[in-house]
Amino acid sequence: MLAVGLGHYLTVSALLLVMGIFGIFLNRKNVIVILMSVELILLAVNLNLVAFSAALGDLAGQILAMFVLTVAAAEAAIGLAIVVIYFRNRGSIEVEDVNMMKG
Amino acid sequence: MIAALAFYAFAGVLLVSAGMVVSSRNPVHSVLFLILAFFNASALFVLAGAEFLAMTLVIVYVGAVAVLFLFVVMMLDINFAQLREGFQRYLPVGLAVGVVLLAELAMVLGGWKMAPDAMNLRFAPIAANTSNTVQLGKLIYTDYVLIFQASGMILLVAMIGAIVLTLRDRGLTRKQNISAQTNRTPADTLVLVDARSGAGIGELGIYRPKAPEPVAAAHDEHHDAHHGDHSSAGGHH
Repeated sequence: MLAVGLGHYLTVSALLLVMGIFGIFLNRKNVIVILMSVELILLAVNLNLVAFSAALGDLAGQILAMFVLTVAAAEAAIGLAIVVIYFRNRGSIEVEDVNMMKG
Repeated sequence: MIAALAFYAFAGVLLVSAGMVVSSRNPVHSVLFLILAFFNASALFVLAGAEFLAMTLVIVYVGAVAVLFLFVVMMLDINFAQLREGFQRYLPVGLAVGVVLLAELAMVLGGWKMAPDAMNLRFAPIAANTSNTVQLGKLIYTDYVLIFQASGMILLVAMIGAIVLTLRDRGLTRKQNISAQTNRTPADTLVLVDARSGAGIGELGIYRPKAPEPVAAAHDEHHDAHHGDHSSAGGHH
C-alpha cells in the first residue's frame, strides 16, 4: 500500500514533531509562531496516523486524523482570538507577561 | 520508484519549510512556509492513499487556518524585532531538548516491531474496489457518528468562543434599553394643550419630545485612549 516503508513516514513525522517543539522553545516571546509550531506538531501526529492507517490497511486511523484536524482548526481559531484581545489590551504579544491574565 | 522519489522530494520540502516556519525572521514568511508545509504534507497523504484527508488538509489548513494566521499577523501592529530578542538565548536549550527528543524517538523507532496478529485486529479494513471517500463516509456516518457530532459541537463552541472573545461594544450599535422602555409614562411624552379653535402652529409653537439620556460609551472608557471617536458615538435621536 505504501510507496516507501512505514519507517520512512515515521522518521519524517518524528522530525516534524521535533521541529515543532524546537520552534516553541526558539520563539518564546512570539505567540503566533508558537501557535504555528503547535500546528506543525499536530500535522506530525496526522502524518503518523495516516502512515499507520495505510500500512495496516485500516481506515480508523484516517478517521482519527480527521478529528485531529477538526480540533486543530478550533484550537487555532480560539488561540488567535485570544492573541487579538491580548494585543488589544496590552499593545504587545509577549508571552512573558501573559500571567497577568490570571484573575 | 517514481512514488518513492516523490515521497523523498515532498518530505524534504516539508521538513525544510517546517524549519523555515520556526526560524524565519518575518512572521509573514513563517505563515507562507506553513502553507508550503501543508501542501507537501497533503502530497504525502496522497502518496499514502488518503485522498480525502489530503484534500481536507488543503481546504481546512491552507484555506482557513493559514489565512487566519496571515490575517492576524498582518492586522496586529507588532514590533517583531523586539519579539526576537530571546532567540539566541533559547537556542541552546531548544536544541538540547530537540536532540534528546529525537534520540528517544530514534530509540523507539529502532526497537519497534509490528504485533504478529496486527492484521487480525483491524477495525475497518480498506476495501480494494471502493474509493477512499466512500469508505470514510460510510464509517463516519455509522460507527463514528457520535464522535462526528461531538466534533461539530467543538467547532460550534470554538466559533461562539472566538466571536465572544473578540466582540467589542464600542457604543456604535443601538440596543434596546428595556427598563427605559417599561418606565415610560404618558406624562413623559404627552402634553395636552388647550388650542383655541382655528389657532395654527405659528400661534401655539412646536412641542418637541424631550431628548433621551445619553447612553452607552460609559462602561467603555478604557478604550478611549486608543479610539478617540467616542464623543460622537452616543448620539441623540
